[in-house]
Amino acid sequence: MKQPHSVKDIAKNAGQSMVHIQPQDQIPLPPPFDDPALDPPIPELSDEAKAKYAVLDQTIAINIERPETKEQEDEFVASFLRGLEKLFSTDDNWTFLQPFEMSIEHCAKCQSCSESCHIYQESGQNELYRPIYRSEILRRIYFKYVKKASPKIHGDIDLNWETVARLIELAYRCNLCRRCAQTCPIGVDNALLSREIRKIASQEMGIAPKELHADGSVLQLSVGSSTGMTPLIVKDNIEFIDEDTAERTGITIETPWDKEGADILLLHNAGEIMAWPENPGAFATIFEAAGLSWTLSSDIAAYDAINYGVFYDDVQFARAAVAHAQAAKKLKVKKIVLGECGHAHKALTVIADKVLTGDLNIPRESSMVTLRDIIRSGRIKLDPSRNDFPVTLHDPCNMVRLMGIVSPQREVINAVVPEGRFREMAPHGVENYCCGGGSGFAIMSGHNFSDWRHHMTGRRKFRQVLEAFADEPMDQEHPKYLCAPCSNCKGQLRDIISYYDAWEKAGIYYGGLVELIVNAMADSTPGFIDWEWH
Amino acid sequence: MTALVYVIAYVGITFFLIAVAARFVMWSKMPMHVRWELYPVAHEGGGRAAYGGSYLEETDWWKKPRQVSLLGEFKVMVPEILFLVALREHNPRLWTRSFPFHLGLYLVSVATILMMADGVIGALMPAAIAGPVARVLSILVPLFGAAGLVLGILGAIGLYQRRMVRDMRDYTAPADFFNLIFFVVAFGVALVNFLLADRDFQGVSGFVANLVTFNLAPLGSGTAVLLLSLSVVLLSLLVAYIPTTHMSHFVGKYFAYHAIRWRDEPNIAGGDQEASIHEALQRPVSWSAPHIKGDGKKTWLDVATEDQTPKDESS
Repeated sequence: MKQPHSVKDIAKNAGQSMVHIQPQDQIPLPPPFDDPALDPPIPELSDEAKAKYAVLDQTIAINIERPETKEQEDEFVASFLRGLEKLFSTDDNWTFLQPFEMSIEHCAKCQSCSESCHIYQESGQNELYRPIYRSEILRRIYFKYVKKASPKIHGDIDLNWETVARLIELAYRCNLCRRCAQTCPIGVDNALLSREIRKIASQEMGIAPKELHADGSVLQLSVGSSTGMTPLIVKDNIEFIDEDTAERTGITIETPWDKEGADILLLHNAGEIMAWPENPGAFATIFEAAGLSWTLSSDIAAYDAINYGVFYDDVQFARAAVAHAQAAKKLKVKKIVLGECGHAHKALTVIADKVLTGDLNIPRESSMVTLRDIIRSGRIKLDPSRNDFPVTLHDPCNMVRLMGIVSPQREVINAVVPEGRFREMAPHGVENYCCGGGSGFAIMSGHNFSDWRHHMTGRRKFRQVLEAFADEPMDQEHPKYLCAPCSNCKGQLRDIISYYDAWEKAGIYYGGLVELIVNAMADSTPGFIDWEWH
Repeated sequence: MTALVYVIAYVGITFFLIAVAARFVMWSKMPMHVRWELYPVAHEGGGRAAYGGSYLEETDWWKKPRQVSLLGEFKVMVPEILFLVALREHNPRLWTRSFPFHLGLYLVSVATILMMADGVIGALMPAAIAGPVARVLSILVPLFGAAGLVLGILGAIGLYQRRMVRDMRDYTAPADFFNLIFFVVAFGVALVNFLLADRDFQGVSGFVANLVTFNLAPLGSGTAVLLLSLSVVLLSLLVAYIPTTHMSHFVGKYFAYHAIRWRDEPNIAGGDQEASIHEALQRPVSWSAPHIKGDGKKTWLDVATEDQTPKDESS
C-alpha cells in the first residue's frame, strides 16, 4: 500500500497520487463478501484527468485545474492565504470563529481521533486519511505563512500550488460526521477543520464540487430545487405520487399545497420525490390518516429541504435557511417539520437557530418526533405482523450525533415491527458510523468518486449492516430491511448495496421509516414495501 | 541571589495568572457562533443524557421549560478532569503515560496550594495551623509533592517515548519535545532537591511561606539552597511558559465543552439571543468568491437575503 510518510509529502511529487490502496490492503468484509479477490479495485483515473487536475489520491472530487502560468500558481496560493486569514476574522467568520480557533490551537496530536474515523480505519490505516493529517497541514500553513511563527514550534510545511490544491481535495475525503470530535479528549474538531478548508475554497476561491454548488445550492436557490424541478414540475410529480400511492394502499390522498394557516409546513428533500416517491407518498398517507393540518410549499427552494451550504459554504447555507423560513412565514404555519433528511434537520433546526430571528424564527421539529406522536396517539391502526422481517436502523449523523434525536425513531420501529425483529447495529445511536455519503458524498460521482467512496467511506457502514444481519440466512429468499430515515444516507446505501449486489446476494433491502409505518397500517392494502429493487 | 530567586518566582506566577486570565477572557469574549453541539450533552435532563438524546426529541419543545442538570455536567467533568476518561476510553496506550503525567501535575499543584495555605494561615492565625494540622501537612506535602514529581517525570518520559513512535513522530514539532524535556528537567531538579536536601519539604515550604507573605528573607547559602533556588527558578519559568503553548488546553477545554460541545440553548422567538444575532448579521462580509462578492460593506444580512433567482434580461 502506498501512503505518505510525512505531512510534508503533500507538497511533493506534483501530479502523482499520494496513495494506492488495493482491496487486499483493507480489512475483509464479513460473509458473503469476505473474499478480497471478488472485491473490485478502484478503477484508475484517466491519464487526461491526472494531467489536467490536481491529483491527491486515487480519485478526484472537485476538478481543480492545474495552472498554466507561474502567476496563476502564485495567485492560487495567495488567494488561499487570504481566505485563511478571513477564517480568523470576527466579521467574516463569526459563524465558526470560536470552534475553529479552538481546533487550530489545542490539538495535542494524541491520535485518539484516528481510531474513531471509519475512513482511516477502512483504508487500511492509510496515513493520508488520518483525521489530523489535513488538520496538521492547515495548522502548519497558518502558523508558518500567516502568523510567521517558527516551524520549530508548530511544525514545518512547504507551501505551493500542490499543497493547496491537494489540501482542498483532501477536505473532500472527510464525511464531516464528527465522530472524531466526539472522541477528542480536548474537544478538537477535525471535521470542522475540513469544513473550514472547504469554506476557504468556496467562499474565497470559488472552488466547490459542482454537485454541491453549481448543480446543488445554486440551482436550488435559482430554480427551486437541486433536482432541477420547478414549482410546476414538483406539483405534477406529487400529484402522480398521490395517485400511485393511493393505488398501492387503497387510501385516497391529496397532498395539500400552499395551504395558508396550516399547522405544519412539511419540508421534503426533493431527492425523495425523484428517487424514492414512496417516501413522500407514505408521509402524505400517514399525515392524512392522522388528520394533521399540513401543507407543502411551492415557493422557490421551499419544496426542497436540502441545504448543501451546511457542507461547504456559510453564505449558501444562510440563503437556503432564510428561503425555507420565508416560505413558512408566508404560509403562517405553526411549525416546520423536516422530512427524512438528516442534514436538512441539522441545518434548519440547529445551525440556523443562530440565523433566524423575529417572524422568521418559526419552530422546527423533526418528523421522527411527529411520527412518534402519531403512533403514540393511536390515530392510525397498526398491524406489525406485516413487517415480519429482520430490520436494522441506520442513525443519520446529522440527526443523531449532532442533534440528539435518538429515541423517537426507535419507538416507532418497535411499534410497527414484531417483537424480536428489530436489531441494533454496533455501535449505534450517537456513536454510530456515517453511511459514507455524508457531507455531500452521496451525490458526488465525478470520475471514479463513487468507487472510491464505496471502498473508503461506505465500507464501515456496509460492514455494520452485514454484521447486524449475520444471524440471518444471507440470500434473497430472506429479505432484510435496512431502515435509513435520511435521503442522502439512502442514496449512499442504495449505491453500496448495488455495488456489492447485496440485494441479490444477501437479501439486503433499504428504505425509510415512513415506508415501514405504511407497510404496517391495518387500513392499507398489504405490501406497500414491494421488495423490488429500484 | 536570594532577591533574584524571589523575583523570578513572583514574575513566573504573575505571568502565569495574567496569561491564563488573558486566555480565559479571549475565549469568553469571542463572538457568538452558530450552534455546533455534539451529543451526548452532559447537562441534558429527563434521563436523555444517558443515551445522547436532546430536548429536540420532545413534542413542541419550544413551548416547554428545558430540563438542564448541572449535576449531569459535574458527573462528566469531574471524572474527565481527574482521570482523563475520554483518553482512557479512546486511547488507552497514551493514557498509561498521560494519566500519570497529569496526576503528577495535580499532586504537585495540591502540594503547592497546601504550602501556600500553610504560609498564609501560619502568618495570620498561627494557632490554627499548629498541632494536628501541622502534622497532617507535614505528611501530605512531602507525600503529594514527591509522588507528583515522580509521576510527572515518568509520565513526561513516557509521553516523549510515545511521541517517538512513527504514528506520532511526524506530528510532533521540536517544541513539543522541548516541552516534555522542560518538565523532566524542572521536576527532576525539584526531585533531586527533595532526595538530597529537603526530605521533609521544609525548605521549599519555608520559601513558599515567605513568598505568599512577602517576607523576602535571605535563603542562606550552601548546596541545599542552591538546589532549592534552581528548582524554584526552573519551576517558575515552566509555570510562566505553560500558558503560552498549546498546553493551555486546560483553559481551552472548558470552552470546548461549555461553549461548543454542550452549548445547546435554543434561540426562542423574542428571546434574549435575538439581539446578538441581529448584531452578528450586521457584520460586513469580504469573502471574494463570485457568488458572494463581499466588498466589506455588504453585511451578512445582505448576502443571506440577496435574490438568487434568474433576472429577466429582456426587461
